Amino acid sequence: MFMFEKALVGGRRYWIWILSLFAVIGLGFLFYMRQLSEGLAITGMSRDVSWGLYIAQFTFLVGVAASAVMVVLPYYLHDWKAFGKITILGEFLAVSSVVMCMLFVFVDMGQPARVLNVLLYPTPRSLMFWDMVSLGGYLLLNAVIALVTLRSERNSVAPPGWIRPVILLSIPWAISIHTVTAFLYSGLPGRSFWLTAILAPRFLASAFSAGPALLILLCMLIRRLTRFDPGREPIQKLALIVTYAMIVNVFFVLMEIFTAFYSGIPDHLRHFEYLFFGLNGRGVLVPWMWTSVLLAAASLVLLIVPRFRHDERLLASACAAVFLSLWIDKGMCLVVSGFIPSPLGAVTEYAPTLPEISITAGIWAVGILMITVFYRITLSVRESLAG
Amino acid sequence: MNITRKGFLRITGFSLVAVTARRFLGAIGERVAPARKARRWAMVVDIGKCLQKEGCIKCIAACNKAHNIPVFQDRRREIVWIWKAQFENVLGSEGGYTPGALRGQPIPVLCNHCDDPPCTRVCPTQATWKREDGIVMMDWHRCIGCRYCIAACPYGSRSFNWSDPRPHIAELNPDFPTRTTGVVEKCNFCEERLASGRPPACVEACPEKALVFGDLNDAGSPVRELLRSRYATRRKSELGTRPSIFYIV
Amino acid sequence: MRDQGVIYAGLAAFLGLLTFPAWYNAAAGKTAKPPEVRLPAQEKQCVAPVDYMKTSHMALLVNWREEVVRRNVRSFTAFNGKTYNMSLTGTCLSGCHTNKADFCDRCHNYVGVKGPYCMDCHIDPKLVARSRP
Repeated sequence: MFMFEKALVGGRRYWIWILSLFAVIGLGFLFYMRQLSEGLAITGMSRDVSWGLYIAQFTFLVGVAASAVMVVLPYYLHDWKAFGKITILGEFLAVSSVVMCMLFVFVDMGQPARVLNVLLYPTPRSLMFWDMVSLGGYLLLNAVIALVTLRSERNSVAPPGWIRPVILLSIPWAISIHTVTAFLYSGLPGRSFWLTAILAPRFLASAFSAGPALLILLCMLIRRLTRFDPGREPIQKLALIVTYAMIVNVFFVLMEIFTAFYSGIPDHLRHFEYLFFGLNGRGVLVPWMWTSVLLAAASLVLLIVPRFRHDERLLASACAAVFLSLWIDKGMCLVVSGFIPSPLGAVTEYAPTLPEISITAGIWAVGILMITVFYRITLSVRESLAG
Repeated sequence: MNITRKGFLRITGFSLVAVTARRFLGAIGERVAPARKARRWAMVVDIGKCLQKEGCIKCIAACNKAHNIPVFQDRRREIVWIWKAQFENVLGSEGGYTPGALRGQPIPVLCNHCDDPPCTRVCPTQATWKREDGIVMMDWHRCIGCRYCIAACPYGSRSFNWSDPRPHIAELNPDFPTRTTGVVEKCNFCEERLASGRPPACVEACPEKALVFGDLNDAGSPVRELLRSRYATRRKSELGTRPSIFYIV
Repeated sequence: MRDQGVIYAGLAAFLGLLTFPAWYNAAAGKTAKPPEVRLPAQEKQCVAPVDYMKTSHMALLVNWREEVVRRNVRSFTAFNGKTYNMSLTGTCLSGCHTNKADFCDRCHNYVGVKGPYCMDCHIDPKLVARSRP
């Protein structure tokens, strides 16, 4: 039913790749066992900075998961035929990302065995409850959509009629998962860095840049490694989406910077000062922030100028720059600097520890493994259809 | 009984919806139920009296002893229910014009047991909630350790157990449980002492009687008397949390 | 069928191995003997009937927990009219079952009950008494 056997066929390169991923997962798992017995003290988090790398990765990956909507919407709502062959790649990317999100939340919990309490004692006024519901629903939606459409493709029939409303449902649902995640942050009265109406739009804009950028890179990789060629047109159309989304995202960030610096309110300003210049002599995130800025600027140049965007090698660099820039911004700087300075004005820095990084790498490896297997199955189906 | 598979699935589905809907409504219902005129526990911190005794931490020591609070050398892992912070960080700075007696001075801070707490708003399992008597309570059996409440608290009043606290407790007090790895904890207004009519440990221990505890809903209580005659301020009152800890200078 | 002897012999050996715990304990006379627990010396009546406690003491404890922690109700009226303070350490382990190792642990260890994790937080008064000079 899941055509899993198609993922078990491969050459030496394929199996070395799979085994390496398992090695990374295994190492992460061992460190997680240590975390379970010793507690989260093995991470770099503290009383002041109580969310770190795990939640930052979760926040970033919800965006990547939501970005599937950027291929689904044009194809199913507006008949952009060009995306016909890659919607399923987007959906599988969404499934893998959501699984990674859930894993990151799980490893961040102090009492993971009690995670079902969120469902046993539903609390609609808590955004975290809705986050679990929306992510769970999104996972189910995309898994069903991807499986059904792939099976139909394998059997060379049109997908069943009932899948269309399910697919249309996944469009607003994708927007909602990242809005809910943003609401997690933007409704907290005590954290002035996150208490901004533009946080949810910012999240969505960065999601719709980073996600499609990754999808472009994955398509180029597939083209290099297999016989499947998504074609030039879908990649160029995706590139347009990344371009506009990145412009909007950078614009939103500049809006934030203006409000903080022009108003001069210390409560709002200090977080930005910490990020860009350091505060009280502490500034471990400053080089990261400026790197993110430079990458964003470089990516905009490469994306906006048509001559550069049409050159697929430069486009690849641009997409990598977008992804990396937003990973730093959303996957590290945003979450950590919300806690700095603390409510009592302390600047307590955060740096992830080796176990923390290893567990994080392990979860990324799980996601990459899932994508590998899913894409393997998909492309194998297509190759056997092509004869 | 002759039932088709479709019919069976339909009935199961409707039953599931009915069951979850009931729980769902129950969860919302709790929030919108009207509050009775009950007690509202509060505390007034008399900063002037507190500063009379320089270096005194009797309130902190009493709380630590009463509640088996572990002591960590690493500040990043510390667990504090009541502690002292610099005046300007607690109640705001007037630039160079803060009175000398208060400038840079340490004053007690603790959970504010807010009237509209952001922390209880965000807890996904109702492991923390506001009781009818005003105390923001913790259920350490239900807490999943997500630390969302820590992110939500505007005052930094909550601590997390990053590791097993027991090795770091000097002397075990059998009258109160310890906590375990992976749960969030904070001042509980000594609710276990209040249940047997005793005042909070910090209030009892203060040699200057700088901590005054009482029922805000009782017009004759010591806190109300103080608030009638002295100007009091609360931390970050612009946030709308309506704390129950008042500071008089 | 071929190799009947080998097959039947193998089956018999497998079944023997599978049922080893049952017949070995029966032969060695170590069957189903519940552990001896030392009952409290002073108190003769528990907070609930013995049969109920034998089957459902965990349900009672969870009920006590919900009442104290979530409803701020601390007084328990037992079936015989006596009132108790609902506290594992304060009532159960301090008033009656003062030797946890001789009572609770005997059965728990025999049955292999490792969680629930009550004693991770709730203090066994004997621990404190021992550590105090």
